[in-house]
Amino acid sequence: MTTGRDRSMTTRRLDRILAGHSALVYLFFYLPLAVLVFFSFNDSRFANRWEGFTLDWYRAIPKDQALMNSVKNSLIIALESTAVATVLGTMAALSLERYKKWLGKRTFDALLYLPVIIPDVTMAVMLLIFFTQINQALGLTTIILSHIAFNISFVAIVVRARVSNLDPSLEEAASDLYASRWKSFRKVTLPLILPGVLGGALLALTLSLDDVVITSFVQGPGATPLAVEVFARIKRGVTPIINAVSTLMLVASILLILGSLLIQRRQGSATRGG
Amino acid sequence: MTEAAVSLSSVVKRFGDVVAVDDVDLEIEDGEFFSLLGPSGCGKTTTLRMIAGLEYPTEGSIRIYGEEMGLRPPNKRPVNTVFQSYALFPHMTVADNIAFGLQMQKVAPAEIVERVANAIDLVRLTGKGDRRPGQLSGGQQQRVALARALVNRPKVLLLDEPLGALDLKLRQAMQLELKDLQARVGITFVYVTHDQEEALTMSDRIGVMSDGRLLQIGRPDHIYEKPANRFVAEFIGETNFIEGTVAGPGVVTLPDGSTVRAGTHSAVGTPVTLTLRPEKILLEAAGTAPGDWNTMEGTVKRRMYYGDSLYYEIDFGYTVVDARQENRPRIQRFSVGDRVTVLFDPAAAEALTE
Repeated sequence: MTTGRDRSMTTRRLDRILAGHSALVYLFFYLPLAVLVFFSFNDSRFANRWEGFTLDWYRAIPKDQALMNSVKNSLIIALESTAVATVLGTMAALSLERYKKWLGKRTFDALLYLPVIIPDVTMAVMLLIFFTQINQALGLTTIILSHIAFNISFVAIVVRARVSNLDPSLEEAASDLYASRWKSFRKVTLPLILPGVLGGALLALTLSLDDVVITSFVQGPGATPLAVEVFARIKRGVTPIINAVSTLMLVASILLILGSLLIQRRQGSATRGG
Repeated sequence: MTEAAVSLSSVVKRFGDVVAVDDVDLEIEDGEFFSLLGPSGCGKTTTLRMIAGLEYPTEGSIRIYGEEMGLRPPNKRPVNTVFQSYALFPHMTVADNIAFGLQMQKVAPAEIVERVANAIDLVRLTGKGDRRPGQLSGGQQQRVALARALVNRPKVLLLDEPLGALDLKLRQAMQLELKDLQARVGITFVYVTHDQEEALTMSDRIGVMSDGRLLQIGRPDHIYEKPANRFVAEFIGETNFIEGTVAGPGVVTLPDGSTVRAGTHSAVGTPVTLTLRPEKILLEAAGTAPGDWNTMEGTVKRRMYYGDSLYYEIDFGYTVVDARQENRPRIQRFSVGDRVTVLFDPAAAEALTE
């Protein structure tokens, strides 16, 4: 039989092991990031030896035309595809959750999640063949269309979770209180699912900025986005300018996520009435 | 005679193969507190939703103050609903919730402010206008839902089990409050409930539903004292059923060959079921038989003590009947095995044919 003291000692040892394990996991996650950020300030052409602090690599970014161009492309692609995918994905989510029965609904339901499941390469080849078949010249348009194609699913999944938690009698109450269909959507449904919609949009934005595989298949001359540009350069050897760009991307992502968390927290407390 | 507030004629509602509402005819009078009473799944809520326009009848017509509703959407009907779940908008304050209907109708802002304030006072939530629904108790949310509907001055207020989520004490208080409110605002209330006590205490008239059919419409005392069939008799209150056969006008033969007088107009030879409420029965020591009351001789099989009353199971050989005796002073008590005479007014025993 174990005494209370024994047990508390075992518990304490277990706590220590778990804490150590957590530290290792975090180290595994964040050490590469720290190294990346660290060497972006390195005053050397080579990324493996510390030569002293400098901001030169950051200063070099605006002067690098190809890089700046790819940033511009990335932003255009991400913003446009996110806007379209958010609207379409939200509509799909509402239709699947709200309207009880329509012909082919179950098939549509299953097909909607396909882009999430199938490998990127398959999707990339599929899209490339499609664009070639319809004689669509490869470029920004094809990238944007492809990003919309996979982002709709992600937005739909996120929004759907939110819609399914929504009491359907809220919309009925709105229409009982003289609201038209549109007014009831604008005043009741949309404000309540907004955290989901924004979350979905943010996910879409991130996925679009990140994507390399699909984009490199369907891109055309002059339409290279940042992620693909960075990947192409790494093949020619890592220069600290890539570290600098990556650090900036990291900071941007963190800001985006913090922003979305703030919005969701405020909206969340509003819906709970707290 | 004034026009009916709500009138349903031959209304049928089918969901696929399921008949939710089966050929219902109903006229609800202006200013009436009308309850639709029945077990869950009997079609009462579907009926209410069809009046609100949240569902459309498969067949038949619904008129509100003479106007055919047809496929008119809910936002174009002169009715408002208090939902079972209250359906308060969680992202709006109490005042904004109440103002919603008026804003949608484009009422002038100054008038909205005044009417919302009055509605908040009416339901005794003064000072709570800036709260969000999540910060209120169940009873308070219930009152916001009432105010949100009443502020629009609907011709008919529809209430879908509005007290279902409240605990017993609060429910009883709200019953009185609702009845009182209805008298003050003078609006026709259509009230859906599965709680027979709620329906009996609040309603001017009750419609009892089962399996989509409207079985009986009448005043609460009428429904209780003169149920139209076995379902109504059993669903509302407690009752005894005794099988018998009609022997003549107002006379029924029981299985042991004896006869009792009861309310019946059926032809001689018709098999009937007598319904007799436990509290309508008087128990006396064997032998006494006053007036024109019916007497049946039986044996006490079991006695249960409830504090304010006693329940006896009286065995007649062919059936066992429950009798309720109020625990009043100088009442004669019986023990198990005693021979007793059961006495009841012929008017208290209805002969039912279905």
